[in-house]
Amino acid sequence: MKIAISAFAAAVALSGQAYAQTEIQFWHAFTGANGDRLVAQAELFNESQDEYTVVPTFKGNYSETLNAGIAAFRAGEQPHILMVFEVGTATMMAAKGAIKPVYQVMDDAGVEWDADAYIGAVSGYYTTSDGKMLSLPYNSSTPVLWVNRDKLKEAGIDPDVDLSTWEKVDEVLTQLKDAGVGCPLVTAWQSWIHLENLSGYHDVPFATQENGFAGLDTELTFNQPLQVKHIAKMGEWAKDGKFVYTGRRNEGGANFRGGECALFTESSAGYGGIKAEAKFDFGIRPLPYWDDVEAAPRNTIIGGASLWVMEGHEAEDYVGVAEFLNFLSSPEVQAKWHQDSGYLPITGAAADLTREQGFYDANPGTDIAVKQMTANEPTANSKGIRLGNFDQIRGIIDEELEAVWSGDKDAQAALDSAVERGNQLLRRFEQANR
Amino acid sequence: MEKRVTFKGWLLPLLLIAPQVAISAVFFFYPAGQAIWQSLFIPDPFGLSMQFVGLGNFEYLLTDPYYRESFVTTAVFSTLVTLVSMIPALFLAVLADRLIKGAGVYRTLLIWPYAVAPAVAGVLWLFMFNTRVGVIAWYLGLLGYDWNHVLNGGEAMGLVVVASAWGRISYNFLFFFAALQAVPKSLIEAAAIDGARFWRRFFTIVLPLLSPTTFFLLVVNIVYAFFETFGVIHTITAGGPQQATTILVYKVFKDGFVGQDLGSSAAQSVILLFVVGLLTVIQFKFVEKRVHY
Repeated sequence: MKIAISAFAAAVALSGQAYAQTEIQFWHAFTGANGDRLVAQAELFNESQDEYTVVPTFKGNYSETLNAGIAAFRAGEQPHILMVFEVGTATMMAAKGAIKPVYQVMDDAGVEWDADAYIGAVSGYYTTSDGKMLSLPYNSSTPVLWVNRDKLKEAGIDPDVDLSTWEKVDEVLTQLKDAGVGCPLVTAWQSWIHLENLSGYHDVPFATQENGFAGLDTELTFNQPLQVKHIAKMGEWAKDGKFVYTGRRNEGGANFRGGECALFTESSAGYGGIKAEAKFDFGIRPLPYWDDVEAAPRNTIIGGASLWVMEGHEAEDYVGVAEFLNFLSSPEVQAKWHQDSGYLPITGAAADLTREQGFYDANPGTDIAVKQMTANEPTANSKGIRLGNFDQIRGIIDEELEAVWSGDKDAQAALDSAVERGNQLLRRFEQANR
Repeated sequence: MEKRVTFKGWLLPLLLIAPQVAISAVFFFYPAGQAIWQSLFIPDPFGLSMQFVGLGNFEYLLTDPYYRESFVTTAVFSTLVTLVSMIPALFLAVLADRLIKGAGVYRTLLIWPYAVAPAVAGVLWLFMFNTRVGVIAWYLGLLGYDWNHVLNGGEAMGLVVVASAWGRISYNFLFFFAALQAVPKSLIEAAAIDGARFWRRFFTIVLPLLSPTTFFLLVVNIVYAFFETFGVIHTITAGGPQQATTILVYKVFKDGFVGQDLGSSAAQSVILLFVVGLLTVIQFKFVEKRVHY
């Protein structure tokens, strides 16, 4: 009886202590292995101090999480931290009154924080033109070229063949086709890799006003000669069976991991899946560029998600938020995240630590994405893309590219149409956020 | 002279219809009113500001050739879904009706697909027709047919129609089967004695007697095809390739819940409401005249 009472008293004391802690709600879009890693980060933070408890909650895929956050804000029930994918950046940015910019959260909380510690090519996407960080980059990746080395060997091609430029890739695709390979090239995220990154990598604008960073009165410009040339070439490859189209998202990953395809343009974050499933010798190469463009290769653009802090909570809550975001940015947490998940490190310190730990030597090719991102200082064209209604614009681009792959439209006509339709959505966004 | 039952006073009849009126008000009139109101604005997603645009959203939509195209897509899709879900259902019901042994088992098995949620049905069919691992796509490949619904609009349409109609066949089967049981046996026997063969009896006696059920199912299935199929489309094609399977309701969902363009989405709902209202009026005015109760 005595034991029971003391156990009860202890439980009350414990729960009392739990109530004294401030809860930080963190809504995210991760399941599976990355979801477990995210929860582990939150637990580690919770154990590291006793004032705050971060409560991670899974809210569905990226779109669903953003929707949940918006609906919650309308109902006055918003979380402290909301994970938003990169295409939702302009939507969040425009929502003044709903969000609290990260630099402000850090300033108000008075925590020690160095905005320059972040890798410019990563954080630039979520930073204002005058260098103020709006949201904390969480999971960022960039497209690279994945190579099935066994497939190249089978086709009688040196697996270390030069694939640095699209001209070279063109030759190899022809050799693969002639050797009877059914799927020489496949891609994921076509708009992100073959239009957005293509533009940034060659230092040509995707849209006016610094790709939308400088204002809402931006217009799409991806129907210029470079993009038309690239899409036309891919259309030709599709017609000749050198490029196989599998869908708008990353459906092609299954084809590559299954060993059907020789080359695969996909996010660097595809590493975990490919490493786990591929039963062949694979290699990672930098994303190819067009050799005749002098500015290339510049740097590639990121994709992924960042963490936005929502308005409407107690001032003391934001101190906890600031500490958690700072914790996530620490070299140890970042290095582990980078090595486990394949996402890019967000700080230079995390990349250095990873190198010191010998990870890049043990896993050749894993530093290619980091190098590709950081080789050059980002320009206005390669810093990122910030457009309203971007999710729908990508949908339009997908539709028009499908018209090219199926041979219904030529590249110029399709891109012209995508630009025209996309511009209408940009005008609507401008109007909604006047 | 028609016999009418009338209530004395107003209170009881009002009370009796009150629950239905209340439900309609909460679940139909209020949201529909909201949709009409919202369709006049371009709001930001967080509800922080609104721009009054009058009929601007409608003008934006109706001048967009891609939106107008999706009316045609919707018409094709709805017609096909209705036909594909009703004709096999009737056929199966007729067969099940003639069964002497094991009718109960067949009936139960035939009703099962109705229990599958649309999105799940979509995934199921997607797997069978997956260009890479799908069983049916693989067999088609053996026959020399290169199935690729990711790029071929016609194939994509066929796939979403079949996936949408599949579960509905069960629903329709149930109604047809019940209606067949209600057809007086004496009429059929009389016709049989007169020498009418099965199909002759079916077309001249059974089918006309089924017409109330058929009409009811026609209305219900068209409404289903218009409103409840976006789950299937979302999981199988997401409206693609190009805009081959972007039906009106899917665009409402995509623009509103994925794209956060609430003004356009609300205007599309209003247009859709109007279209379906019109269709129902047409059905009751013209098709119902040919129905014998």
